[in-house]
Amino acid sequence: MSGMRRRDFLGRGALAVIPLLGWRAAQDTSVARLPQPELAGRPQGPVTDYQNDPFIIGVERRLRCTCGCNLDIYTCRTTDFTCTYSPELHREIVAMVQQQMTGEQIVAAFVTKYGEQALMAPPKEGFNWAAYLLPGIVITLVGTVITWVLLRRQRMAAAVAADAPPPPGLSVDEDARLRAALDRLES
Amino acid sequence: MTVLGQLALWLALLLGVWGAVVGWMGGQRGDPVLIRSARRTTFALAGLMSVAALGLVVALLKNDFNVSYVASYSSRNLPTAYKLSAFYGGQAGSLLFWGLVLSLFAAAAQALTPRRYAYLMPYVAAVTSVVTVFFVSVTLFAANPFSRLDFVPLDGRGLNPQLQNPGMVIHPPMLYLGYISITIPFAFAVAALLTRRLDVGWLHAIRKWTLLSWVFLSIGITLGMWWAYVELGWGGYWAWDPVENASFMPWLTMTAFLHSVMIQEKRGMLKRWNVILVGLSFALSIFGTFITRSGVISSVHSFAQSPVGNFFAWFLIIGGVFMGWLTWSRWDLLKSEARLESALSREASFFFNNLLLVGMSFSVLWGTVFPMISELVRGSQVTVGPPFFNQVNIPIGLALLGLTGIGPLIAWRKASPGHLRRQFLVPVAVALATAGILAAVRLSDVYAGMALVLAAFTTATIGQEFYRGIGARHRLHGENYALAFARLVGRNRRRYGGYIVHLGIVVYFVAFTGQAFKTEMEASLKPGESVVMRSPYGEELTFTHLGVSQYEALNRFVSAASVEVTRNGRQIGVLTSEKRQHVDSFGRPTFEPSTEAAIRSDLREDLYVVFAGSVDGTEEAVYKFTINPLVMWVWLGGAILTLGGVVTLWPGGGPSDRTLRRAMEGYQAHLVEEAAS
Repeated sequence: MSGMRRRDFLGRGALAVIPLLGWRAAQDTSVARLPQPELAGRPQGPVTDYQNDPFIIGVERRLRCTCGCNLDIYTCRTTDFTCTYSPELHREIVAMVQQQMTGEQIVAAFVTKYGEQALMAPPKEGFNWAAYLLPGIVITLVGTVITWVLLRRQRMAAAVAADAPPPPGLSVDEDARLRAALDRLES
Repeated sequence: MTVLGQLALWLALLLGVWGAVVGWMGGQRGDPVLIRSARRTTFALAGLMSVAALGLVVALLKNDFNVSYVASYSSRNLPTAYKLSAFYGGQAGSLLFWGLVLSLFAAAAQALTPRRYAYLMPYVAAVTSVVTVFFVSVTLFAANPFSRLDFVPLDGRGLNPQLQNPGMVIHPPMLYLGYISITIPFAFAVAALLTRRLDVGWLHAIRKWTLLSWVFLSIGITLGMWWAYVELGWGGYWAWDPVENASFMPWLTMTAFLHSVMIQEKRGMLKRWNVILVGLSFALSIFGTFITRSGVISSVHSFAQSPVGNFFAWFLIIGGVFMGWLTWSRWDLLKSEARLESALSREASFFFNNLLLVGMSFSVLWGTVFPMISELVRGSQVTVGPPFFNQVNIPIGLALLGLTGIGPLIAWRKASPGHLRRQFLVPVAVALATAGILAAVRLSDVYAGMALVLAAFTTATIGQEFYRGIGARHRLHGENYALAFARLVGRNRRRYGGYIVHLGIVVYFVAFTGQAFKTEMEASLKPGESVVMRSPYGEELTFTHLGVSQYEALNRFVSAASVEVTRNGRQIGVLTSEKRQHVDSFGRPTFEPSTEAAIRSDLREDLYVVFAGSVDGTEEAVYKFTINPLVMWVWLGGAILTLGGVVTLWPGGGPSDRTLRRAMEGYQAHLVEEAAS
């Protein structure tokens, strides 16, 4: 309800100021003007097809915005819509796409211009392999060692159990029955 | 009041040093006077830190803009709730908050720990006093919240608009409570090492504290995700940001500890590992604070770069060396009492669970610091963003999810083939059926498919455990199913609380699969114009722009854009997203305009609408629409996980006094035998 009232009010307000906006004849006058447009965030242009192009979005997701936010270009330009860098970087990418550049060529051009930091993940080459492989190598190595130790201890425990004489007062048969019962109980 | 606050901090510094010294000496000499003094010092420290905190709160509430901190983080028109949250909204205030909460926890540990652990308490007091002294020193010498300006500004800068959110009022304290309370288990571990009493006593003493800090960390992390989702306007909840990673790492090691501690309690194994895990968790909690405050790694969440980083770096180094030496010097005392008998046992599954949890923590740490390492080695920084973390951590996460299901199915000591068959039959059948259904609906994402299959498997194992337990109670005691469920959980809180936590983890993973099917679109719409999107469930969602309104509210000027939403032609609601321009008490704009996303949530999907701005200052609006499947499951998972934690934590679920006494007597006899031989 309150939203409707506000809209009606704004609509009337906008109608009142339309004569003052005569100089904007080229603009679409069917859409009401906001009372205080400067307080409605950064001015935006109409959305172009490029902004929703999956190919461009895919490339933007691989490249980091240079504003210092740690986000990729697509996420940055569509988050909060306050960044001034990411729309500019988007336009750069669009220009490259219009020049028929491939995704890899665009990414390479960005790396040349902004350095390796332009990539959202380190390229898989040279020392960067350490970033990708070390966690896996450490986990695999430690896992292998744990498995080896476990199997070794299992063999040792089995050997000790097989060699151990039955406790005093128990026959071999009773000992076997007791072990079976304990195993059942513990499992 | 700020003068009193400053004075209280200086007194806390002196008293903290006193507490550390008498705690140590009291423990060494067994002198009851010194021990009593150390204990009382922790209470006095809590009192002094409360006075200091009160000093800052009063300055914030009274708009004392001569205080630099108040001028930087508050303003006259800031709502009172946010004036209070401004207390920890900035660097200096948050460090004071750290010290305050730590001193309160330290006092609570002294007051609430049963007398049977009295032999540990002087050292616990010494350790908590040392850590409190560290935080008071940082506050006094590097980031003083009471420092004054040469003039009195008419108004303050105000709090960052993104922090003016209910989530931000509660998320940082929860996270801090989690971080800070790790100090208590750490203090007990150090005390156990110093006293050489490395039986399960110290583990029982810290059980509640460990769970408490884990629950707080879990709540803090989930609330942080919620805040990022509703406030930052990017339609996601986790970005592998260094500060997010900093909270995740100690959570992982604490989770590992909560599992490995069971092996020490049941079998007397993994004593060394448990001490290392507690030390590691504490170090990671300090490391997280270091990352947030030092500015060594860039993050959207970071506080401004400041000299506090050096303090933290030295504290980490000195603390690490001390803990390393202490553990090494007690290495022989930490020998296992039992040997593992089978690779197919609950213990073995816990080994692998610990390996994966700590391995994941390492991989997150490695990715977080790799830019620094790359700069050191190659002289050039690289960006390590979400694509890297997802690639490395998703497989580890899936393996963990699988183990979450497998672990509880395997018996302690040794599992027989028959037992394994009986335990795994139903869960494996459920997993295979799920895989069949997913193949039939042609689920395209491999990781999402694997996560759903493993989630089904783990849910089946949890369900099976409850089903069998309830069935047994129903048959043995003739209880109806509801009563059997309540008693089953109530009398085995640790076990079944743990299963509830596992269920929460499963729900999280189901939620994460939704991210693979997220759909986004930007559109500029004139009033009355529509845009159509297809949801991952094949439904048609139509967003029709209604208009933009502008109005003043509290400390901001709001531009609100509304869309009507229909699903397959049926209206499901109106969503209104806002652009907020915050103003000071003189009406002057402060900060950049911020965005409030409009969110419509249900179990299937979230509709997430962001008003980007207006075209040429007209009512033609630019929107970003996101269809975000299964997001509500994240919050649901967090709630279930917290519920499980609370069930486990609820008093009465632990070992009885008689069991503890028997264990302690047995251990003392063992010590006597050892000494005699």
